[in-house]
Amino acid sequence: MMPGPQSSLDAAGSAARVTGHLLWLFVIPLAIIFVIVVAIAVVAIFRKHRESGRPAVETERGLTRMVTGASVLTCVILLGLIAVSVSTGKAISDRAMPRNALTIEVTGNQWWWSVRYLNDDASLIVTTANEIHVPVGRPILIRGVSADVIHSFWVPGLIGKRDLIPSRVTTEWFTAEREGNYRGQCAEFCGLQHAHMAMWVVAESPARFQAWMNAQLGDSANPVTPAEQQGQKVFLEHACALCHTIRGTTANGQVAPDLTHLASRLTIAAGTLPNNRGNLAGWITDPQSIKPGNHMATVPLAAEDLHPLLDYLGSLR
Amino acid sequence: MTHPLVTPAGPPRVWDEQQDREALARTWHDPEGFLGWFYATTHQAIGKRYILTAFLFLLAGGVEALLMRIQLARPENHFLGPDRYNQIFTMHGTTMMFLFAVPVMEGMAVYLVPLMLGTRNVAFPRLNAFGYWMYVMGGIFLYANAATGAMPDAGWFAYTPLSGPQYSFGKGVDAWAQMITFTEISALCVAVEIAVTTFRLRAPGMSLNRIPLYCWSMLIQSFMVIFAMPAVMVASTVMLLNDRTIGTHFVNPAEGGDPILYQHVFWFFGHPEVYIIFLPALGFISAIVEANTKREVFGYPALVLSQVATGFIAFGLWVHHMFATGLPQIGEAYFTAASMMIAVTTGIQIFCWLATLWSGKVRMTAAMHFVFGFLFIFVMGGLTGVMLASIPLDLQSHDTYFVVAHFHYVLIGGALFPLFGAFHHWFPKITGRMIGERLGKLSFWLLFIGFNTTFFPMHILGLNGMTRRIYTYPASLGWASGNMIATVGAMIIALGGVVFIVNAIASLRSSVSAAPNPWNAPSLEWSVESPPPDWGFTYQPVVSSRSPLWADPALRTVVTGMRNDRREIMVTGVAEAEPQFRTVLPAASLWPFLAALGISIGFTGSIFAFSWYYVGAFLGALGMIGWFWPRPPKEIEP
Repeated sequence: MMPGPQSSLDAAGSAARVTGHLLWLFVIPLAIIFVIVVAIAVVAIFRKHRESGRPAVETERGLTRMVTGASVLTCVILLGLIAVSVSTGKAISDRAMPRNALTIEVTGNQWWWSVRYLNDDASLIVTTANEIHVPVGRPILIRGVSADVIHSFWVPGLIGKRDLIPSRVTTEWFTAEREGNYRGQCAEFCGLQHAHMAMWVVAESPARFQAWMNAQLGDSANPVTPAEQQGQKVFLEHACALCHTIRGTTANGQVAPDLTHLASRLTIAAGTLPNNRGNLAGWITDPQSIKPGNHMATVPLAAEDLHPLLDYLGSLR
Repeated sequence: MTHPLVTPAGPPRVWDEQQDREALARTWHDPEGFLGWFYATTHQAIGKRYILTAFLFLLAGGVEALLMRIQLARPENHFLGPDRYNQIFTMHGTTMMFLFAVPVMEGMAVYLVPLMLGTRNVAFPRLNAFGYWMYVMGGIFLYANAATGAMPDAGWFAYTPLSGPQYSFGKGVDAWAQMITFTEISALCVAVEIAVTTFRLRAPGMSLNRIPLYCWSMLIQSFMVIFAMPAVMVASTVMLLNDRTIGTHFVNPAEGGDPILYQHVFWFFGHPEVYIIFLPALGFISAIVEANTKREVFGYPALVLSQVATGFIAFGLWVHHMFATGLPQIGEAYFTAASMMIAVTTGIQIFCWLATLWSGKVRMTAAMHFVFGFLFIFVMGGLTGVMLASIPLDLQSHDTYFVVAHFHYVLIGGALFPLFGAFHHWFPKITGRMIGERLGKLSFWLLFIGFNTTFFPMHILGLNGMTRRIYTYPASLGWASGNMIATVGAMIIALGGVVFIVNAIASLRSSVSAAPNPWNAPSLEWSVESPPPDWGFTYQPVVSSRSPLWADPALRTVVTGMRNDRREIMVTGVAEAEPQFRTVLPAASLWPFLAALGISIGFTGSIFAFSWYYVGAFLGALGMIGWFWPRPPKEIEP
């Protein structure tokens, strides 16, 4: 039961870190209270009663004093907890967000994440899916929207939840404080494949982030080898292109993840499988057995078409 | 046996108790036979049916829980697919909340409250029967739909738009939404019964400050039901079901509706719901502790006022279910404070019980084992509740297994353990047989150990990022061992449940009949034989103490002059319970069943076509006409 890549206990983001501190501020006093209450109850079972003790009235008075004292103490402890909680809440609220934040729009879809790096200059907007790269040290503003049902954006190592709600826009912000890969997962039940709606957040140095950004801005790589060229043809002539976009080609579907730089990503199928040739082949051939009920159609492909297609998709760095 | 009549003047009169009992038996006995079963209106018959039916649904919900635990025992398990798993967790939550927890508490109250208050029946016996039939038909309706394939799969909360017409096809969600109407009508019927019974039918002399603590809990709970249940019917039936079946636009964002509105209305019910389940359990605790420490519960006024305060505050914290939706910060801070404030009122009650246990002589019956289990589990659940009231902590733990752990600690620890304790405590009264103490304690230990084994690891799983309502998870996230432990714990719980059932059945068949007051408890239900006769009290007692059976075990002061040839009861004043007048309760009747059947036909049809509501209204009206058809009164003696 050690913390994994999706644990809130191993915080690397500003919001998750202060929340982690708050967790212990709560857990320690509450655990002490728990132990005291249980101890009193257990002792009460085995306690020996003196037959000729103090008069009953006096005992009752003593009990009243104890109960009153405990109640007052409860109030004091709770007031203290409210104070630290509200001040932590302020520190991670939108109002406390520093300027110069990088705004990333995350759109929840059944069952994947569409990601856009917003920019006033439309030519600098980057679109990707199921993987978010962020520079360490720079505040990130997540602008959450939904294309269908309610989802919830959550990357425990970096930041708590924010629901993505159709017809609304929600926001939250964090700063990644340590490089690394952090897994996130949809936290609001969103239907059949809620369990397989994950994503990775890659926190990296500003320089590497900029390099990634520049690569993502470009159109897709042109197919070089004959196999890749054949694969692109397969992609464009089959149903794939109806749903997916590959910038630089005629594939312009809007309802499924943008595949322009598919090969640069860590996973496929919204964090379901590591991105490698074998998994991609399995996913394309039979997406419904890997993620039953998902919206990717099973496109019948001839055996001789599959390998060129995999070659082509593998070249989309 | 004879009873002396206490009258201000004249010598004590003697009268023939045997003759009175025979007359009362003729008057109060419900018809026999198969058809007679549908006529029953005595609160004991209805209460027992509620309890038994609810326990059957507990069994169903428990099996559903086990199926989920088997699926989650290992990562990437293929025991259940996503469709099945989503249906099963929806049915589990729905069954436990709507078909078990609330109805079982209602059933206990229907059985116990009139006896504890010293009256012969609830205030509106036919309404009581009607409420039970609505509940049964609602449960059958949901499970019949599920059996024919229309199983809801949008969660017990059915958030829109996922539950809306665009994303949930078939009739499953419609059945879910309409089932709520059935069960909430039933809950409202009982709430009205309990409130009126507690206010107006108490034994003479049982002023407000002498009401048993359990009855106070139920009174407060009844008012909460009356304010909370309409909200969920607005959410599920008016908004969601109409959006789905006739295309209204309340909560469907595709039509301009607001999904957050649904959440507000749902949780305006949903949070008080927790206390609706939990307050009766607190009443059980007080009654069991009192009987087994040989002293009155410490701090009666503090306990009552804390529960009244809980009843109010419970309506002010629904937003802590919605912190992640991004509401304005100032409002969130208010709801944090309100959510923590409820820990004060609950804390005071815990302290009062601790003081009672500390100063009393504890007798460790099986029921008391469950009380201590309650203290351990519920206090931990309450403390994690304090954590969840903090917005930053909630944003990390909301919709994770931390929350699953928290509310099972609160609901199982806070309601199920007290309920099981109550089951052992009142089993002799209800059945006339002593319950096996040894097996009772064994079942307690299995349930206690199994519970903590199942749910404690879930705290850690949640903090380690495991989200709720996922049918599987990858091995790489470090969740496998915690889940395996939880599944093993669930099996231990199941074993404890088996022991519990075996004990109940074996005790029923045993020949050890129960005395009227085996625990030497102070409240009035223990003054009559076990099981009590249909009419409860042959002579209604007059109460002059908070613990009437300790003050005067023979209950020598009684009411006389009540007629035996019709179902007559005494109505007393709200505050002082001074006798005011006698009134006559209606006789057993088939009409409440027929009215419930007619309305159920309409509700069942309504998920297919709106016009069935007219059918239901017509049939229901026919049933009500029969129900209220005036009969010539038996002439009143001068």
